[in-house]
Amino acid sequence: MYNLLLDITNATIDWSRAQFALTAIYHWLFVPLTLGLAVVMGVAETCFYRTKKVFWKDVARFWQKLFGINFAMGIATGIILEFEFGTNWSNYSWMVGDVFGAPLAIEGILAFFMEATFVAVMFFGWEKVSQGFHLAATWLTGLGATLSAWWILVANAWMQYPVGQEFNPDTMRFEMTSFLDVALSPFAVDKFFHTVTSSWIVGAIFTVGVSSWYLLKHREQKLAKASIKISGIVGLVASVLAAITGDNSAYMVSSVQPMKLAAMEALYNGGKSQPLTIVAAVNPFEQPDYVNEQHAPLRIAVPNGLSIFATRSLNGYVPGVNNLINGYTHPDGSTVPSFAEKIASGKKAIVALQKYREATAGLKNGAALPAEAKAQLSTLKDNIKNFGYGYIKDVNDLVPHVPLTFYAFRAMVGLGMLFILFFLVVLFFVYKRDILQYRWLHWAGLCILPFGWIASEAGWIVAEMGRQPWTIQDMLPVGVAVSNVPSGSIALTFFIFLFLFTSLLIVEINILTKQIKKGPEYAEVTY
Amino acid sequence: MNFKNTKAYRFLYNVFHLYSDGFRNMTIGKTLWAVILIKLFIIFVILKLFFFPNFLHEQALKGQKSEYVSKQIIERSK
Repeated sequence: MYNLLLDITNATIDWSRAQFALTAIYHWLFVPLTLGLAVVMGVAETCFYRTKKVFWKDVARFWQKLFGINFAMGIATGIILEFEFGTNWSNYSWMVGDVFGAPLAIEGILAFFMEATFVAVMFFGWEKVSQGFHLAATWLTGLGATLSAWWILVANAWMQYPVGQEFNPDTMRFEMTSFLDVALSPFAVDKFFHTVTSSWIVGAIFTVGVSSWYLLKHREQKLAKASIKISGIVGLVASVLAAITGDNSAYMVSSVQPMKLAAMEALYNGGKSQPLTIVAAVNPFEQPDYVNEQHAPLRIAVPNGLSIFATRSLNGYVPGVNNLINGYTHPDGSTVPSFAEKIASGKKAIVALQKYREATAGLKNGAALPAEAKAQLSTLKDNIKNFGYGYIKDVNDLVPHVPLTFYAFRAMVGLGMLFILFFLVVLFFVYKRDILQYRWLHWAGLCILPFGWIASEAGWIVAEMGRQPWTIQDMLPVGVAVSNVPSGSIALTFFIFLFLFTSLLIVEINILTKQIKKGPEYAEVTY
Repeated sequence: MNFKNTKAYRFLYNVFHLYSDGFRNMTIGKTLWAVILIKLFIIFVILKLFFFPNFLHEQALKGQKSEYVSKQIIERSK
């Protein structure tokens, strides 16, 4: 029976990936707005708590209502990802179960108990609990959502940088050796702060966008102006923090996932003192000929910029795609093996795993290992860091899709820079001028609305497409992680999801726009 | 001691009323709950039961999952 199941087609891999990407991208439409609006409504309610002006309470309640709609629409959209793990990614699911169990369980408990409790107090508790307790509930709702995001990001970061684990050939699982190494890995910490701050940007842009629409309609002007003041500050602080954490992220990627950095920069041939590419004419429709091209055509670059970002040194060495394929020597004399060498090492690990399991088959628990098993275990351990390379048939399969990674990275960074400028302009006009008079700015606020999501999703495309072909970096390629499910059945559920998600999105946008058109419910009608 | 006079009772009573009053007085919330319940039904009843079986549970005998995965992992390198 097993032999029949071993014929994995590329269609199965691609449909499984497409379905996961669709679900994750859809889920990620809701999450950043939840995290971002949590800050805006928290600040508005804090203003109410401090000033006791009912106006601020109305502002807070209005944004809480939009938060609630988004929160309700996002509920359980992430659960589908876990279904996909069990069905489409069963090998992966089995192998990482021990590492992911704890973070995902904590996330579930936090999401359910903390968010469910405080969301109820926030929505139902006005006039029923003290103002201080209500304020705490509002902030704790946001904190609960943020902390549950932490554990999901820990799981994702572990796949990019699998620390705190050891592979057990008896159970066929990566087993956690240090919870702290997993939970507080530098990759996870940076990913958390970068993701959360970029989500605050989405919330701030949404708030400015909705407020700008009111200003264009000459409605709710006091609420709109107050909301822009809050979201302008939140957005500017978040944009600057996202830039700082993004810079740190690139620095870590350079050491842990150098191929991802090379793809982000379309850097074919690296070396010392590498320039930072601003734009280049990378063909968006096909993989570049990196073997024969010196660098991407029509490149405009900042001298030494990439070396500074990647190594914190003006003359630092940054490997390109070809260096990584062929192996290279660092300026300090240390060498990095070629992909061919890593593939050979990975194959040794797989053969050792097979022989180890043959040698230990039928062995009772606690029985001493035969000499053959010990020898194979030693070989496996020596080569385990290259385990995943053993499945690679062609070194070019280890190069991610350069155009997509290159352009998604530029979309994310370019929009991030635009947001800093935008929030600076907004803050100038809302604090130093009469913002009601500047219709072009209202239009700009409205038009920029979708770009918060575009930047956020582009960031995930860089993170996930840039690390292909790996499910777990260097350990497990997607073709091995996937289940042997017929591609037709995955394609069917893909289109079911597409229909379901599109319908839900239309419902959400409909409910949201109705509430926005209806506007806030004022306790006082004097403004 | 009468339980109704205790702090615990008053606390539970207040929590119950927080939720019951809240649910009773919902406006847009009623629509949202309807959407949530329909969505949960689709996800947990239709999708999970009919389209997302536990693959390993179906393919591997009880207690043989690691064996099944090892065969998959080893054979796919060939």
